[in-house]
Amino acid sequence: MEIVKLTIDNKPVVVEKGTTILEAAKTIGVNIPSLCYMKLEDMDFENKPGGCRVCVVEVEGRRNLAPACKSEVTEGMVVNTHSVRVVNARRTVMELILSDHPAECLTCAKSGKCDLQTLAQDLGIREIRYEGEQSHYKGDESPAIIREMDKCIMCRRCETACNEVQTVGVLSGINRGFESVVATAFEMDLDHSACTYCGQCVAVCPTGALTERDSTNKVLDALMDPSKTVVVQTAPAVRAALGEEFGMEPGTLVTGKMASSLRKLGFDYVFDTDFAADLTIMEEGTELLGRLNKFLKGDKDVKLPILTSCCPAWVNFFEHNFPEMKEIPSTAKSPQQMFGAIAKTYFADQLKKKREDLVVVSVMPCLAKKYEVSRDEFKVNGDPDVNISISTRELGQMIRNANIDFAALTDEDFDRPLGESTGASVIFGTTGGVIEAAVRTAYEIQTGQELEKVDFHELRGMEGIREATIDFAGLPIRIGIAHGLGNARKLLEDIKAGKSEFHAIEIMACPGGCIGGGGQPYHHGNVEILKKRQQAIYAEDAGKTLRKSHDNPYIKKLYEEFLGEPCGHKSHDLLHTYYFDKKKKIEI
Amino acid sequence: MANIKLPANKVQELKDVCEKFNHDKGELINVLHAAQGIFGYLPAEVQELVADQLNVSIAHVYGVVSFYSFFTMIPKGEHPISICMGTACYVRGAEKVLDEFKRLLNVKVGETTPDGMFSVSCLRCVGACGLAPVVTVGEKVYGRVSPEDVKGILAEYK
Repeated sequence: MEIVKLTIDNKPVVVEKGTTILEAAKTIGVNIPSLCYMKLEDMDFENKPGGCRVCVVEVEGRRNLAPACKSEVTEGMVVNTHSVRVVNARRTVMELILSDHPAECLTCAKSGKCDLQTLAQDLGIREIRYEGEQSHYKGDESPAIIREMDKCIMCRRCETACNEVQTVGVLSGINRGFESVVATAFEMDLDHSACTYCGQCVAVCPTGALTERDSTNKVLDALMDPSKTVVVQTAPAVRAALGEEFGMEPGTLVTGKMASSLRKLGFDYVFDTDFAADLTIMEEGTELLGRLNKFLKGDKDVKLPILTSCCPAWVNFFEHNFPEMKEIPSTAKSPQQMFGAIAKTYFADQLKKKREDLVVVSVMPCLAKKYEVSRDEFKVNGDPDVNISISTRELGQMIRNANIDFAALTDEDFDRPLGESTGASVIFGTTGGVIEAAVRTAYEIQTGQELEKVDFHELRGMEGIREATIDFAGLPIRIGIAHGLGNARKLLEDIKAGKSEFHAIEIMACPGGCIGGGGQPYHHGNVEILKKRQQAIYAEDAGKTLRKSHDNPYIKKLYEEFLGEPCGHKSHDLLHTYYFDKKKKIEI
Repeated sequence: MANIKLPANKVQELKDVCEKFNHDKGELINVLHAAQGIFGYLPAEVQELVADQLNVSIAHVYGVVSFYSFFTMIPKGEHPISICMGTACYVRGAEKVLDEFKRLLNVKVGETTPDGMFSVSCLRCVGACGLAPVVTVGEKVYGRVSPEDVKGILAEYK
């Protein structure tokens, strides 16, 4: 390793060759402000177009100021990060950016969480000395994502997320000069593109240009309607992040406070998507074993590896990009949709209510879930199984609106029957979790033996693609895991080429899994936050008495009273789905 | 956006071009250049075909097409009119000539008349600065054009 010695703000610094000034400064506690720059460690996400020029510093002997995010250190370099020249230049740059930005902070959805706003405050901008034309671009409203491009500062983070990390490729810089903007091909709306609604563009946008479609008013309307019974379900990853909306440390588990706050908001039944995650394992695990055992008996037509199907952005991704492989993913619906299907049949029957009188609300770390609830195959006579999906951030907003002192809430439990869950379901919220949960159940069903230890550390971690072989009492089961759609694409290309040797693959669209979902509190580029959420998820699992989905007593009861057996006739009707070929065809 | 059907022979011609460039992503601009030569313009369908052939996203192709003024998504008229806006022509009143074309044809720069006869675009210098201001219609060059001449030039093609 070659090292470089330099001086930053009069302090000596020693770093590896190839380090940028920005990173070198960080090692001695000097945080050079930046805007377009963003790096997510371990996630293959680095955006440094060097376009905003906010991070400029003075380098002795160099005529022009240097962008710290793009300039590599050199031996003996002398850097000043806050000379008068630097500070003036930085403020000028910022004022120029702001001169073409709508001053709508008071009503902007991103206010208080906006990197641009924070930076303007940090730099102490009190007036904008430049007046000029304001750019106006075409807006775009999809079922999940709102694009208000007048607020775009051309940092290109969304492009990096969409094109390089996710390899979805629906965004690009278009036009030139003052007309430049990030847009889809031909400036079509997102819902006419191959957008998966993963929401990673929203997760990294520094301004209010990209936000989620707000459905909180729809939820309030349902809660105020006396003719409706309103049922809520909360996804596993929400409990590991909701606290951040109220200033709590990342990684604080707020399961009990969340249940309590939902009851205070007026939901008639506070249930848990985790229950449906246990149900998913029963169905998906049985499907896996079904395919596996056929394969072991020499059936050549069986589709292996089986791919998980919990993640709606991932489903959109293969429908758009790999439709020829749409028979490979599990047919099991996602936990959100399984919950809706059971709530509007089994639970509605228990209440002696018609399905139309039930409103199912989901709280999700995800924006693609908003799209998923609108899919036609998840409706019965026009009535959706899940009526409204809101994000973790939107729930935070609802709690604040209702004057609830979240931190002071006492812990409460979920209601029964659809609120009971095992540790296996909680870990659905992180990369590796779904397949670990599946292994816990599939192992016991396949071998007839009880698992001695339920923790499969070989399946855990943050690496983009992981693989492990689990010994099913002499039968080696090869498992692949990918998070981030770019990583998923690699595994899919292998399958397509006939090179894949896995029996089962778990795929989650967002880096880190649902804990890093597009609907979670903004991480502002700090990957440590995702790691803490992941730890919280595993802690919740470890603290549970029941840690295997098939041990959930209410799941057993559901099969006894209603469904029959996993992958049976009724399960197929209610809990399984089918996929579409959405690849754009060129007519000739 | 209205869907158009691309003629099979031209599609094959474009595919051959892509083949010649080994479907190399780095040759996108060259491929687009050739595509515009084949089709006369770059409608969405052609861009989709190029994206598919070079294995790049359609958004990326559109980003490049919308960046370079040479590329157009609007079919050129039967008689493409170009007004030189280079310095010499500009100072000798090219803008007034352009305005007259726009007024008489009722189109903006980059547009084509509804009957498909004329399209109006600007260019930078045809190397005939001594004749400024210069207008070209198809391959024919007109020099020392005044706004009063515009009507007569158009009449030649009607």
